Amino acid sequence: MSDDRRRLDEPRNVTRIVYGLAVLCALALVADFFYAKHPHFSVEDWPGFYAIYGFVGSVTLVLAAKRLRRLLRRDEDYYEPPERNTDD
Amino acid sequence: MTSPALLLMFGATGVPLARGMPRRALVLLLPVAGLLMLWLSPEGDSAGFALFGLELIPVRIDALSRLFATGFLIAALLTSIYALHMRDPLQQAIVLIYAGTAVGGTLAGDLVTLFVFWELAGLSSAFLIWAGRTERGYRAGMRYLIAQLISGLLMLAGIALRVQAGEGLEFGYLGLDGPGDALILLAVGIKCAFPLLHAWLIDTYPEATIVGAVALSAFTTKLAIYVLARGFPGTDLLIWVGVAMTVFPIFYAVIENDLRRVLAYSMINQLGFMVAGVGIGGALGINGASAHAVADMVFKSLLFMAMGAVLLRTGTVKGSELGGLYKSMPQTAALCMVGAASISAFPLFSGFATKSLIMEAVAQEHLTVVWLLLLFASAGVFHHAGIKIPYFAFFAHDRGHRVAEAPLNMRVAMAMAALICVGIGTAPNLMYELLPHAMHYAPYTTPHVINQLQLLLLASMAFTMLVRTGLYPPEIRSVNLDADVVYRRMLPRTWGALSRTVPRLRRELGPPIHHLAANLWSATTRPLRPDAKPASPWPTHSMVWWAVIMLGTVLLLTLL
Repeated sequence: MSDDRRRLDEPRNVTRIVYGLAVLCALALVADFFYAKHPHFSVEDWPGFYAIYGFVGSVTLVLAAKRLRRLLRRDEDYYEPPERNTDD
Repeated sequence: MTSPALLLMFGATGVPLARGMPRRALVLLLPVAGLLMLWLSPEGDSAGFALFGLELIPVRIDALSRLFATGFLIAALLTSIYALHMRDPLQQAIVLIYAGTAVGGTLAGDLVTLFVFWELAGLSSAFLIWAGRTERGYRAGMRYLIAQLISGLLMLAGIALRVQAGEGLEFGYLGLDGPGDALILLAVGIKCAFPLLHAWLIDTYPEATIVGAVALSAFTTKLAIYVLARGFPGTDLLIWVGVAMTVFPIFYAVIENDLRRVLAYSMINQLGFMVAGVGIGGALGINGASAHAVADMVFKSLLFMAMGAVLLRTGTVKGSELGGLYKSMPQTAALCMVGAASISAFPLFSGFATKSLIMEAVAQEHLTVVWLLLLFASAGVFHHAGIKIPYFAFFAHDRGHRVAEAPLNMRVAMAMAALICVGIGTAPNLMYELLPHAMHYAPYTTPHVINQLQLLLLASMAFTMLVRTGLYPPEIRSVNLDADVVYRRMLPRTWGALSRTVPRLRRELGPPIHHLAANLWSATTRPLRPDAKPASPWPTHSMVWWAVIMLGTVLLLTLL
């Protein structure tokens, strides 16, 4: 099993990646103050608009999809009995 | 001028006749020869010929058709490499024939030629679903074929109406002016997966064979985009159709378990961007739609190839049964992530260079709501195609699959596709020079790069937080209701209910109705019988009286 353990199996390393991502996000936010904007829309002038929009949009998307699943979810063999697609 | 399409289609018939090395050489040489032929041919129309007094132009090469045809031929080459390991000559031949029909449709200079290739594309590609040789695949192939044939019939009807209206067969700008144009747009809308007409795509693409899904992802829908770009640029209606196409599939993609179906949803999302670009029209809109279509042929193929490799090795592409595959298939995982970065429009990858043209076109028109929705869809596509696909297939929970890496030819095909993605992303001007309209656009400006990174990084942060807090919806074995429920469930159910109810009603209501009808019949026919009053002889004086009264009334009325 020793060769089967990889670095990502260690929760500590995954947490490190998450911290790394957080640092990148922070950098991207800070970078917002260091360039001249040429907006087409007034919303683009808001500090960190893209970042906030991306974050809020994604969370909304996932939570809304989760609610939709309650309505839309059916058994896997709803249309026809399961069958393995074998080829090659 | 002969057509690369015919070269591919006739050449492909030789594929089943050869075996071993000659066959492999043939399937690789045909797309390359097609590319050479396409680029050596001068721009312009081929010699036309008349059919029933109508002028046909089988081959027309200009910047727009050459760009799409080049994309199709490259996709054909990639798919052929991907299919090299197979011993099934049927699929290898069909891929080339199908690619040939897409090229032929693109180069068509008149609507009849377009229609012929349009139908052949539908017909030949159905074999890529049937080639799985399963009962389930057979039924899916029939559903697919029916959708394609309906699209073809609508197009034929539209062409007939246009000819009748004296607009001729020339395949140029069609516009949305008459009923014929509307029918053609509807036909294109089916193949292009307009909302509610999209069901066939998400229903049948995941049922195709491993190679079949790769080929299907490249040709049919992009041919439809080409017809839109040539026939309906600047049609306002398409902006909103496109926006709807980008937004609704991302919700489905988040909760879908079959990863190839997730890709089918993300394909509708990408097509939505192109449709919106065509709707905006103008140099930037059409350039954006065409460039993104060609980029999409490659990165969507790449993603389908990666999922196909997973399916080949593990026997499944269900998110609920996959995970941890990066240990067994590290190269496939890395190549899949290149495709994911490209579709998500990460800087340095192809989507960044092509999708931003469409966003810029929308921004220049100052369509705020459209722009905000497209931006939301951009974050959404990153969520399901950019993160979800690689994450649930190759990372997440290790499900204990210990399999071999994908076959060498598959990895070569994926690597070539990945190279093209990075190439378009890093040197966009090479691609921009092929576009139909001249334009000045620089994708790599400081604000654009930073804004895109902000959008994508924070979207991935959102994903990370949702997964770590357990709020992210888990992958569950399930299907989700979509528009295909209409013909897969409701119509059969309605038919079944009708065929049960009608005989029962006939049994129960038949005798009383029969009795009632007989009574009614005898009551109404009684005056007409020989022994009834009107049939008996009338006295002459009463006849005279009646005649006098009638004539008197007429006289009175005329005098008044």
